[in-house]
Amino acid sequence: MDMNAPVGANALDAERIVGKPLDRIDGRLKVTGGARYAYEMQQDALYGFVVEASIAKGKITSIDTLAAERSPGVKLVLTHRNAPKQGTGNHREAHPVLTGPVVSSYGEPVAFVVAETFEQARAAAYLVDVKYDPKGGHFALPQHLGLARVPHQADGAPADSEVGNFSGAYASAPVQIDVSYGTPLQSHAMMEPHATLAMWDGDKLTLHTANQMLNQGQRVIARTLNIPIGNVRLVSPFIGGGFGGKLWVNADAILAAIAARYLKRPVKVALTRQQIFHVTTHRSDTIQRVRLGTDRDGRIVAIGHDVFSGNLRSEQVYEAAALQTRSLYAGSNRLTRHRLVPLDIPVASSMRAPGEAVGLLALECAMDELAEKLKLDPIELRIRNEPAEDPERHVPYSSRHLVACMQEGARRFGWNRRNPVPGQVRDGQWLVGIGMSAGTRGNPLRFSKANLRLDPDGVATVRMAMTDIGTGTYTILAQIAAEMLGLPLERVQVDLGDTIFPEAAGSGGSFGAASSGSALFEACQALRQKLATRAGMDPETARFADGRVATGERSINLTELVGSGIEAEGEISPGRNNQDLSQQSYGAHFAEIGVDQDTGEVRVRRMLGVFAAGRVLNAKTARSQAIGGMVFGAGAALHEDLVLDPRFGYFVNHDLAEYHVPVHADIPPNIDAIFLPELDERSNPLKSKGIGELGICGAGAAIANAIYNACGARIRSYPITLDKILTDLPKQS
Amino acid sequence: MDESIFPNVEVTRRTVIETGTTALLLSSLPHGVLASEPDQADRTPASIELLVNGHAHTLALDPRTTLLDALREHLTLTGTKKGCDHGQCGACTVLVDGRRVNSCLTLAVMHDGQSITTVEGLAFDQDLHPMQAAFVEHDGYQCGYCTSGQICSAVGMLAESREGMPSYVTADLIQPLTELSDNEIRERMSGNICRCAAYPNIVAAIKQAMGEQT
Ligand code: FES
Ligand code: FES
Repeated sequence: MDMNAPVGANALDAERIVGKPLDRIDGRLKVTGGARYAYEMQQDALYGFVVEASIAKGKITSIDTLAAERSPGVKLVLTHRNAPKQGTGNHREAHPVLTGPVVSSYGEPVAFVVAETFEQARAAAYLVDVKYDPKGGHFALPQHLGLARVPHQADGAPADSEVGNFSGAYASAPVQIDVSYGTPLQSHAMMEPHATLAMWDGDKLTLHTANQMLNQGQRVIARTLNIPIGNVRLVSPFIGGGFGGKLWVNADAILAAIAARYLKRPVKVALTRQQIFHVTTHRSDTIQRVRLGTDRDGRIVAIGHDVFSGNLRSEQVYEAAALQTRSLYAGSNRLTRHRLVPLDIPVASSMRAPGEAVGLLALECAMDELAEKLKLDPIELRIRNEPAEDPERHVPYSSRHLVACMQEGARRFGWNRRNPVPGQVRDGQWLVGIGMSAGTRGNPLRFSKANLRLDPDGVATVRMAMTDIGTGTYTILAQIAAEMLGLPLERVQVDLGDTIFPEAAGSGGSFGAASSGSALFEACQALRQKLATRAGMDPETARFADGRVATGERSINLTELVGSGIEAEGEISPGRNNQDLSQQSYGAHFAEIGVDQDTGEVRVRRMLGVFAAGRVLNAKTARSQAIGGMVFGAGAALHEDLVLDPRFGYFVNHDLAEYHVPVHADIPPNIDAIFLPELDERSNPLKSKGIGELGICGAGAAIANAIYNACGARIRSYPITLDKILTDLPKQS
Repeated sequence: MDESIFPNVEVTRRTVIETGTTALLLSSLPHGVLASEPDQADRTPASIELLVNGHAHTLALDPRTTLLDALREHLTLTGTKKGCDHGQCGACTVLVDGRRVNSCLTLAVMHDGQSITTVEGLAFDQDLHPMQAAFVEHDGYQCGYCTSGQICSAVGMLAESREGMPSYVTADLIQPLTELSDNEIRERMSGNICRCAAYPNIVAAIKQAMGEQT
């Protein structure tokens, strides 16, 4: 079905199973070590090891592979000299490897060593002797803003938007804020390294690979290897996190596929933790300028947001950090602009909530600064700028309960105890502050299909090329099928992660649950229709419960209707609703922070997120995901900083010891996420919205605002580390 | 610290291997440093016996094989995960003679005759270990990739605290620890990264399992 109109009442509204805080159906596999990830699928494979370029730009002048080839156990050393010709395109279309002597970013694979054992492959990889003719390049974003251009990202929103007369309205606004914020380079740092096990059966390729969007990956691999798409199968039932880092095909998949083809044996490779940082994608740093002009009552008359980000010069993907500014607040004069700086660094691409995650770190702190200037409560300022419709596109919101989130959060968090004057509250050596931020994230729907089968044993089986990257997809799909067919959860089997199943959107951009769940919902509708018809009942009024279908007094066990098994298909397409409506999920973040009065050390004491994101499909996994996002936001605010060496164009801290993500000690147990009841009739048949990224959107800004409230240090360069705070700390008497 | 690792030796391929920190040093050295060194190290497989989850295994291993790779690649016990191979994430945590160890940071040959418990060895038949059951109940995971390490680490951590081992946040080093506070648990579990950030749920799961064990 095309999503063109409100869906009206449907069978999910009963919420007997959907929405309940049920344990994950794959939980047992995960806690017993039984869940198998790509690298673990078969044991008789050869082992590959990547050799990375040790320059950022230039040319390979020679590669001596002799020592590596003679090393014990080595079967193959692939370089650009013996690699096949491959299809090309940007990083979302193709991923050719070892294409020639030219090096265009640091860490790009220059050789791939395959041996009988991992130890042999690794040792031989260090025997490959590569000589380069290095060239200078452009590496650091801040140094090359003069080269910025307007990006043309085919699958993205327009880079610029303008409504009314921003500059005139801003210039004459009685209250103005003009601030610049910087966010650093970041890495997804998912726990499972990118890994692929490749095997060929004649012309047919099977890849067990850590990939979030299998059908997309299938297309990219076919194009890269110049083989028909029907000859490529991707399998990925379990993925150890993605956060955008596994949206696209990476070098591990292509290298393993080529080597397995040459050697006629399965080949597997996992990138080392260090390699991940350069061989795969990262989030660009940003430099953002936010300008807010209001009347004396705090009503926005002019809102402007300019964003610079960088990428490898052949790419068009930019960090769309001003997107949320187009729809979050009212104001009749508006200007947003994204500029992309072509650089000679690894490819920058989507990381959890691309755009909003870092855009809100600037916009929502600027709002805090504005509130202070206006002597207005930050929540009141936001309420005064609550728009009645999308202020740029002039279309209605599908649903929007931002104000309710802020008010409910304020009540639960004790916002009224906040002292608006910074540096006033102490707890021993700690200066204590609280802060808040609004949160918003786009809510897309993508094409997906599902197959559903009911067998004589009474077990329903769902099949989709969907993935579960830890989001809980297995469980929510089982809940949807169980609810719709009136079966207990244990009688639903969910098979995901294989392109032999019907095409699905995959996991990314907060579209996974809505897209895959809606396709399954449609398949359930079709199967209900078939079953009711077989039972001689009106499909519209037949009730499905307790493994039976019933109407009036008549009730039949489903197993009596299935024959040797009965199947149905379902599909969903975004339809017009994506254009006719402004679709976002919303939330409000609250944080209480302690800042050590002597050292500037920051401790998160409490966090609360209140969200309105349509129907919650599983209260337990939704809460986990939201909290996971909030912790990601805490990492962005306080810890994460991928440091680029501006001389040599590589990421200095390319491991988990030096790229700091939050650990247990950083995160207080007093952190909670609440969902307000909301059904969005116009988002999709489930009436849900995406929640995988909403948790991060605004969480970091709430922390930054709390730090300001605690100690008066307004740090506009993330992450907010103690060295930056120290100079602004109030002097101790 | 092991003295032998830190004297002023020239780093050659051979000394690197002898110090037993192969993975760490090899991948931090620039290319070319090792390339000139002929491959002379003794690669004769070393025969060792590991008692894994109660089963004795005799293995002939390349001496460079980490305990982690011995489990995953040679015994097909893939429940133990490799997140970094450098002792930075905790995904590979197993129990060696009851003590938690990053199995990526230690060579298999160093554990001849020792008893290893992996996540696969915690459940008793169909009955999950209380820590495993608590992780399911409290949703102490998302993607599941850090989970084996978190669970083994938590089991080892509780054993350490029962033996009275203090942590960085233990206020009183004299009094025996009665019950672990949230702070203690968070501090003691901070070697196990969860990028999905199930942290509050993991702490809740550990507290529940802790209660069931006492
Ligand atoms: S894999 Fe051993 S600590 Fe990360
Ligand atoms: S569950 Fe994904 S890293 Fe912990």
